[in-house]
Parts: sequence; structure tokens; C-alpha cells
Amino acid sequence: MRTFAYSRADSVEHAAHQTTPTAAFVAGGTTLLDLVKLDVMRPSELVDINTLPLKNVEWLDDGRLQIGALVTNTDLAHHPEVKQHYPVLSQALLAGASTQLRNMATTAGNVMQRTRCPYYRDPAAACNRREPGSGCDARHGLNRLNAVLGGSDACVAVHPSDMCVAMAAIGATLTLSGPQGEREVAFQDFHRLPGDTPHIEHDLADGELITAITLDPPLAPAGSYYLKLRDRASYEFALASTAAQLSLDGEMIGEARVALGGVGTKPWRCPEAEAALVGQPAEMATFERAADIALGGATPLEHNAFKIPLARQSIIRALREATRLARQGGKQEGLA
Amino acid sequence: MMDDSVHSRTAFSETLSLNLTLNGEPLTLQVAPNAVLLDVLREQLGLGGTKKGCDHGQCGACTVQVDGQAMNSCLRLAVMCEGQHVTTVEGLARDGELHPVQQSFLECDAFQCGYCTPGQMMSASALLEDDRIGTDDASVKEAMSGNICRCGAYKNILEAIQQARVQLAHDATAPRKEGVA
Repeated sequence: MRTFAYSRADSVEHAAHQTTPTAAFVAGGTTLLDLVKLDVMRPSELVDINTLPLKNVEWLDDGRLQIGALVTNTDLAHHPEVKQHYPVLSQALLAGASTQLRNMATTAGNVMQRTRCPYYRDPAAACNRREPGSGCDARHGLNRLNAVLGGSDACVAVHPSDMCVAMAAIGATLTLSGPQGEREVAFQDFHRLPGDTPHIEHDLADGELITAITLDPPLAPAGSYYLKLRDRASYEFALASTAAQLSLDGEMIGEARVALGGVGTKPWRCPEAEAALVGQPAEMATFERAADIALGGATPLEHNAFKIPLARQSIIRALREATRLARQGGKQEGLA
Repeated sequence: MMDDSVHSRTAFSETLSLNLTLNGEPLTLQVAPNAVLLDVLREQLGLGGTKKGCDHGQCGACTVQVDGQAMNSCLRLAVMCEGQHVTTVEGLARDGELHPVQQSFLECDAFQCGYCTPGQMMSASALLEDDRIGTDDASVKEAMSGNICRCGAYKNILEAIQQARVQLAHDATAPRKEGVA
């Protein structure tokens, strides 16, 4: 592995000033060290932020839940407030990675994890995301796992996170701290579509650090469900996943939130599908129509057309399950 | 440019001083900034029980416990363990007596080639202490999915973990026998 300088951040304010454009913050390190070993990421310096006081989960006065950047995926998944009020987030977290990785990985690190596209992870392959202008070997290569939504000629890499799919459905705000001070970004605006510049993956400026993620107030009373479909039953990335959340007004759907994983180039919120659910009867025909709308713009590559019906089915099943749970009064816990 | 006088920086060739507790013993050592915990354990400290499999957090052979939590030592910089308690398979037995997980792996024949076994046992002993993880077989299988066994000894591994659970519960209630090796 390439070498690098190492320092520890002693405060959030200093951390922002401590980095250079070729430095990287390290928290759990599960993505970073993996990619440094592969020579995909080449930081000149690591700034270790693990001692910063960013490990709290607390309710704000406005009814939102604020999660510190360094809360581990394990601790967040098992947090009593998350399990009770945002079970879809707990389910998504526990559907991701392995026990060991969740013990190491942090909330902000999960947001910053990189695609698993094999061509991104191979420095010998052409990849516009890793090396701008080099081309995209995935577009006409082994693209079974690549995106059907949000891709461009330059890049069809899938965003790999489960946690982010749940956050996209819940709605959230990132707090960023940088040399220019603090600012907030809506979760939906943080990850970028690849377009012509797939190497620009997110909205962070040089030196900026994610310090917290604040979830929108929970929908209540509501049911929610995270359904992840994959090649093996555990410890595998999604082929297609759905985070669904809805409230009922009698037999009609009140509010609805739908986001997809495994199929998009970013955590994929589906506002048109949500609009097709609101005020409609909570029944199969409605769910099927919403799923068709969510995938209306899907474009398959040579080897991944199966993802479109798979994602469609995941939406329908997640909405059915969320409806069933909403009818029970929204009482559920994250999967153990 | 940054003000280097404010923050201690490490030049590429320098080593850093690291203080941690390893298998219950305090330890201070010098490590390179890019030294990975797994490599420091095996190569610098001669503790070969922790195995290198994929070296990318995909197989679990390198699993150790950091402050009681199972982690992939291949994806952790040694310097990130400052002040932490690291336990490897060499630290699982106590006072010359095998940990119940080690004993049950032996009794249940929970391995073939044995390469993944230290990692399996470090994950198993951590999950048995974690009351957030369910005790049923499905929960145990899910919690153990980060440890791959290429020989396919999963059935006996699960049996060994559940047997160790019974033994640990028994140990917690029964008075400890003196002088038993």
C-alpha cells in the first residue's frame, strides 16, 4: 500500500483547515483503506477524525433526529429512537455489509462510500469516475450489476449504499463544516448524477467535513419497509432494493415516500411514484402503477435488463408490506 | 498553505508511537502511518493466529475484537487503535483454559482446513456477548455472514456457537471450579 502522512484532528474547526486537496479524512476506513490498497485512492495524507465529538444521536426541538457523523452503522441500527421512529433506516443498515464492517463504518462514511463497479476498482480499466476522460469499460463490459437509472455515456456505476436509500426516503439534511464555515445541504442534492463529470460524486468542497445528518420528522402514523434483493441472502450488495414509507387515511394513502437502491447512480428517490400513491387506495393496482412510473425512465445495459422487473417487484412488495404495517398502527422494529 | 506548527504531522518516512492494550497487556510500539493492524499483528508482533485472507474486508479471516467489537483488522490502520483494547485469537483462552467458543468449535468439529477459524471464533465470541443480536439460529447466521468458510463448515459452526452460548450461560450461574485446567 502507498504511504501517506497521518494526523489526528483535534477539533471540527481545525479539521477543516488541516486538510489539503490531496488529503482525505478517515473515520471507519472501510472504503478508504480498501481503495488505497487497490491504488484507486491515493491520498497524500490522512486526517483521522475519530476523536471528534460527533457520536451523538439526539432529537432537535423541531422534531428532527440529528445523527453525529461518527455514529457507527451498528450503533445507529440498534439505536432505540431509530428502531422506534425510523425502522426503515434500521432495517437498511442491518441489510448492509457484515457485522465487522458495520462495527467500523460510520454514518458519514456510509454516505461517502464509493461505487463497487469493478471497472472503478481496477486501475487498469477505463473509468471516467476514477480517471476523468479515460472512458467507461462498464458500458459495454460486464455490466450486470450496473445502473439502469441516472446513468450517462460517461458512467453507469451504481451507488452501493443501503443506508442512503432509507435516508433518501425519510428525507434528511447534511451539515457540512469547512474552511468557509458551516452549511447545510439537502440529502437529495448531496450525491451528484454522473453526467459528463462522474468524478464529481458529491457536493463536498475541498476541506469540508460532514459533521451530522439530520432526519426529517418521522411520518406518523405510518408503516415502512426496506426490501433488499441480492444474489445471496446476506453480506451482498443490492441488485434492487426499495425503502418505502407511507401513512394511511382510512383505505387511502396519505403520505408516501419511495426510494430505490441497487439500480441508480445515486440513492434514488421517486417523487413521481410518490405523487401517484398519494390519495389513492392502498391496493395492488396503485402499487403497480407507482412502480411502473418509478421505472419509466429506466435504461437497461446489455446484461442488466433483469433489474427493471426486479426493482418493479421490490417496489410493489415493499409498498404492500409498508401498508400492512401501517394498518397495524406502524408498530414494528428494525430486523434484529 | 496550512500551518504545520499547529498540528503534528508525520512525514512519510516517520513512524508513530502507538499505545494500546493487546490481549490484556499494555503495549507501546512504533508503527508506520500506513501500517495495517493485521500486518502489525502478524509481522511486527509475531501473532500469526489472525489470518490474512482477502485483505479487503470481504472474508473475515482477519477478524479481531477492538474494544469488544468484531472488526476486520485488514481495513484498520494500526494508529487508529490508539488507546483501544485489541483482542486476537491468542487472547481468547484465559488462564490456560480454552474459551467456551474454542472448546465448542473442537467438540462440534466446526472447521476443516482451519484457516477461517480464528476469525470465526472472534466474531462468535463477540456476538455471544452482544445482547442486541438475537439468539435464534437465523440471527446468528446473519451476524456471522462476514466470515466466509470456503470448506463450508457453516452447519457445525452454527452448532458450536449455540453450544458455547449454553456453556457461557452455565458458567455465568455456576460457581467456578478451582484448579481445573
